[in-house]
Order: sequence, then structure tokens, then C-alpha cells
Amino acid sequence: MSDAALPNAGPAAGPPVRRAAPRGSLIGQIFEGLCFAAATTLLLSLGGIIVSLVIGGWPALSKFGLGFLFSTAWNPVTDVYGAAGPIVGTLITAAVALIIALPIAGGVAFFLTELCPAPLRRPIGTAVELLAGIPSIVYGMWGLFVFAPLFARWIQLPLMSAAKPGSLLESLTTGIPNGSGILPASIILAIMILPFMAATLRELLLTVPAAVRESAYGLGATTAEVVLSVTLPYVRQGAIGAVMLGLGRALGETMAVTFIIGNSHTFPKSMFDSGSTIASTIANEFTEATSPIHTAALISLGLVLFLITFVVLGLARLLLRQQGAKL
Amino acid sequence: MLKTLGAAIGAALILGAATTATAAGTISGAGATFPAPVYNKWAEAYKAQTQTTLNYQPIGSGGGIKQIEASTVDFGASDKPLNLQDQQANGLVMFPTVVGGIVPVMNLPGFKPGQIKLTGPQLADIYRGAIKKWDDPLLAKTNPGLKLPNLPITVVHRSDGSGTTFLFTSFLSLQAEHWAKEVGANDSVQWPVGLGGKGNDGVAAFVKQTPGSIGYVEYIFAAQNAMTYALMQDKAGQFIAPTAASFKAAAANAKWTSAPGFYLLLLDQPGANAWPITGATFILMHAKQTDAAKGDEVLKFFDWAYKNGDADADKLFYVPLPANVKDMIRKSWSKIVGPDGKPVYK
Repeated sequence: MSDAALPNAGPAAGPPVRRAAPRGSLIGQIFEGLCFAAATTLLLSLGGIIVSLVIGGWPALSKFGLGFLFSTAWNPVTDVYGAAGPIVGTLITAAVALIIALPIAGGVAFFLTELCPAPLRRPIGTAVELLAGIPSIVYGMWGLFVFAPLFARWIQLPLMSAAKPGSLLESLTTGIPNGSGILPASIILAIMILPFMAATLRELLLTVPAAVRESAYGLGATTAEVVLSVTLPYVRQGAIGAVMLGLGRALGETMAVTFIIGNSHTFPKSMFDSGSTIASTIANEFTEATSPIHTAALISLGLVLFLITFVVLGLARLLLRQQGAKL
Repeated sequence: MLKTLGAAIGAALILGAATTATAAGTISGAGATFPAPVYNKWAEAYKAQTQTTLNYQPIGSGGGIKQIEASTVDFGASDKPLNLQDQQANGLVMFPTVVGGIVPVMNLPGFKPGQIKLTGPQLADIYRGAIKKWDDPLLAKTNPGLKLPNLPITVVHRSDGSGTTFLFTSFLSLQAEHWAKEVGANDSVQWPVGLGGKGNDGVAAFVKQTPGSIGYVEYIFAAQNAMTYALMQDKAGQFIAPTAASFKAAAANAKWTSAPGFYLLLLDQPGANAWPITGATFILMHAKQTDAAKGDEVLKFFDWAYKNGDADADKLFYVPLPANVKDMIRKSWSKIVGPDGKPVYK
């Protein structure tokens, strides 16, 4: 915007356009400078975090090399560490949590926007958003004291007794029937990321213009067809973003998982076996880690989690670009 | 409007500064979570008498050691003692405050606390997975006449690093050579079998929820949750019950005089009725204090606690040190000197 008068208007076309402050003034420059400072602070913090993680984890990375990522040893007495167990546990719990939570979150969002009777819409929507705000440690404690015994009694014990010795079901369900393990931890994670994804998806679906939906209905489409072929592709970008945010939260979740995952550093061999995640390992051991290699190993774990999140975001961007190219 | 807001903020800041300036002395400490309840109780009573505040942060023994080495706190607290070389290398002085016991607890439906008898080598075998079921003949040897159930033993250990684990694994290393070789003793080890609970309460929760499980917790958790504990065999071959009296016996019989720097693990102590898995918790302070008055404040607090804090400690299921040990500790405080080289404790 410039102070230049509109074209074809002579000097006497009317009162000149008055602005709050002319361009190039001090206040304008200060404002632009502050915005620039905010952006650079953010980028510098990100860079600083990466640099400090690499520096902090260097003793362990240089001692163990690339084998750090593939070894399942975790021995604080002999100071030999390997990240494979926590990495695998993180990926499995996050993936299973997403597989469980995504269809349900989608269903909740579609119900709230398409099928729900109008008077119930606001209360249920508010309830979903309130659930999204429950702190994760509350989920962790609830999981340990309420969910775990119920899970053990109603799901683990029946499955384990029904499995015939030597069958596939038996190898999938070996473990301690006390409600802790990889699968219960994934279910708690799913319950945790569900309200957040449902609320975000609902907000996205509400942005679809009424005209688009009404015209689809007018052409004779059923509710399912409208949802799957019209509204969902319309919000595809935002939906993938919401899913990635939910996945990011599941990858980094600490307290909800630590109480119930059983904390063993080896590969889980069945659904009910104990495992560990990167975040739970760091939370458990960081305050007591006195040897420098132990601390460096934990910081390297943090760096690995950082890189995993980066890769996930990169995949999300790739997905979006492919979808965008198709349109 | 802006002017009144600015004036209000300025007044609040000045008021805040004034109140902190007139507040009495504050001493800060950080470290072990095990003694945190008793330190906080002592701090409350001490403040009522002397207006000095103790600010204690239970961040873990490792954190306590790191913080005192970095001199960010006035004293550090650790369940895991430093030996004399480590103390001298970092210029620290160490002394114990209270004693606690670690109790093996189990979940065996139908069995009362104190019915099961275990020896140290048996416990080590259970924790390395060599004894897998409760009705194993090795366990029946110390429990003749008891019909132990055919349940698999679920081992529960700590997932987080802790002084409790250090003491427990030190005990197992003393009792079984294969444990010392295969696993060792540390506040965090590579457990051969079992699942990990977070904190003493995590272990207690898992043990309570899993029939046939065994775990180790501080005595206070076993007592407060009414858990089934085992009797352990002491050096003389007798089976001892974990009680405040047996922890006191272990502390009283210990040879503190021959422990340089008070580095003593109260494991398997001689004497009658001494619980074999006992340990003290320690305080670390710099031998050369930069602020003599601050050092004196800290030592005055602990002196007060030794004189007046025993009742509070007993109520919270801790075991106070015997009087002769307290006197030894006071004598050792002459090693803590101020910038002028004179002992800070008057």
C-alpha cells in the first residue's frame, strides 16, 4: 500500500488517504524488527537444541558408533548402552495408538458434524475438547490403577487361557497377566491422543462451506458418500496435519507410558510383553545417571527421538505434496 | 492508566524485595527422595523454632551429588554413599542422618506377612530367573511344611535409578557370586528378568496387582500398604523380621569407627536381630565452605535434628541413628572449615 493516489484520479479527487503511521516510520520499523526477532529466536532455539543434543550425546555416540541404534544392551554397571529397545518400543506404541485412535477420532468428528442432533452438538463438542485437556500423568495413573487390572482380568487372562500351547495365539500372548505391557500402553496412548484429533478434525470439517456439502446432497449422494468423497478430500491437508500432530504427541508421550509399559530394554516378543520407549527411559533414568556415559547415552536417545519426529514430519510433507500434485 | 499500572507494578516489586530481605536465613539442599518426608518434617519444626527455612528438593541421589559438586546447593543428600577417595577427590565431607530398611514383598494369596522365609542366595536366584516358580524345591528347603503355590514368580524391580536399587543389588552381590559377576551393584542395573515399576509406589502397585509377584520396597511402603513380606536370613542363620527394632539393631552393631568417611553399607551386619538389608542415607557438604555462616546454619540444623528429630523420624517409619554414632558425626564436623580455615560448627 502506498500513499499514491488512485489511478485516473487527479490531485483534486478527494481528501488524501490517511494512515495510522506512514510507511517507513519508526513504529513500523520497530514492529517489523520484533517480528523478525521472534522468528529468528525460534530458529536459533531449534538449532541450539540440536547442537546441544549432539554435544551432550557425543561421548556415547563416539564410543558406540552406529551400533548404538541397533544394540539392545542397557547396562549401567558396565556402561554399555544401545538404543534399539526404546526405539522399537516408541515406534510400535505410537503406530498402534494411531491405528486405534484414528478411525474413532474420525468417527467422532463426522458424527458431530453430520449426524448429531443439533441440541447435542455443543455439549458433546465441549466434552471432547475438555477431554483433550486432561494432563497426561492423570492418564498414566488412571492406566496403572484402574485400566491395568481391568485389562488383565477381561482381556489378557481370557486370551492367555484360550491359547492352545504352541499356537500362534500363544506366542502372541505370552507375558505377565497384570495389565502392563506394550499393548495396554498403546491403548492408553490412543485414549490420550483421541480427543485432540477428534476436536481438530471436527474444527476442520466445520470449515467445509455449506454450499459444497449441500450441492453434494442435492445431487443425491448418501451421507457416507458426502463424507468420504466430498468433505474429507476438501480438508485433506489439515487432516493429515492433525494426524501428524497426534502422532507427534504419541511419540513423545512420557508419563502416560512410563507407569504401565513395564520398562524392559529388550525387544517385546509378544503383545503383552514389557517394553520401553525413549521418553520413558529418559524420564526414568536421567536424574540418577551419574556416570558421564550414561548421561550421554540418554541425551543421544533424545537426539534419536528428535530425528524420528523430523522424519515423520518430512513424510507428512511428502504426503501432502503428492496429494497436492494429484489435484 | 499506564501510569497507575506502572506505579502498581513498581510498588509490588519493592514490597517483594523488602519481604525477602527481611526473611530469616534459608538453607538449601537437594538429593535423595527416600529421606525427603523426614527432612521436610524436620524443616517444618525447625522453622517454627528458629525462623530458618530449609528448602529441600528431592530430585534423586544422582541429582543431589551433581548439585553439591556444582555448589548450587548448601548440602546434597544421597542414598548411595561416596567412598573416601571420591569424597576427597571432590572436596566433600559425608555423614549419615537416618537409617532405613529394604523389604522383599510378595503377592501370595493366602499367606500372611512373615510366613515365608528366604535367604540371600535364594533371593538372588529368584531375581536372576533361576528359580521360576514358587513351589520350587529350593524354596521349600527354608519353608518346610508350607504349601507354596504353583504360581510363576513375577519379578518386579525398579525402572528408575535409585539408592534403593543400589542397596538391594549390593546385598545380592554380597550374597551370590554369580549376581556380582553377571549383574553387579548400582542404582540402575541390567536386570536379567522382570518388569520395572517407577518408584517405590510403582513397584508396590505392580506387586499388589500381580499374584505370584515379588518386589523390593522401602520399609515405609511395605508398612503403609500392609504388604506380605518375607523373613530374611541374617549372618548367624536366624530368620529376622523387618521391623524398626531390627533396623536399629543393624545400625547399632555396625562398625562405624572403622568406616573412613562414614562409608558403610549396613548390609548383613553382625549381632542379634539385625535386618540384613539396611542402609543409611547420607549428607554431603563441601569441606571448604565459602560462606562460614551458611555452613554453620546447615550444621546447626542437623545438630537440632539429631537432638530433637527422633520422634518425628520414628513416626514416619525411619530409624534414627544411635547416640554414639551421632557423637562421632559431630566430631567429624570439625573437618568442615570456612574460608579462614577454622571449623564452621561452633
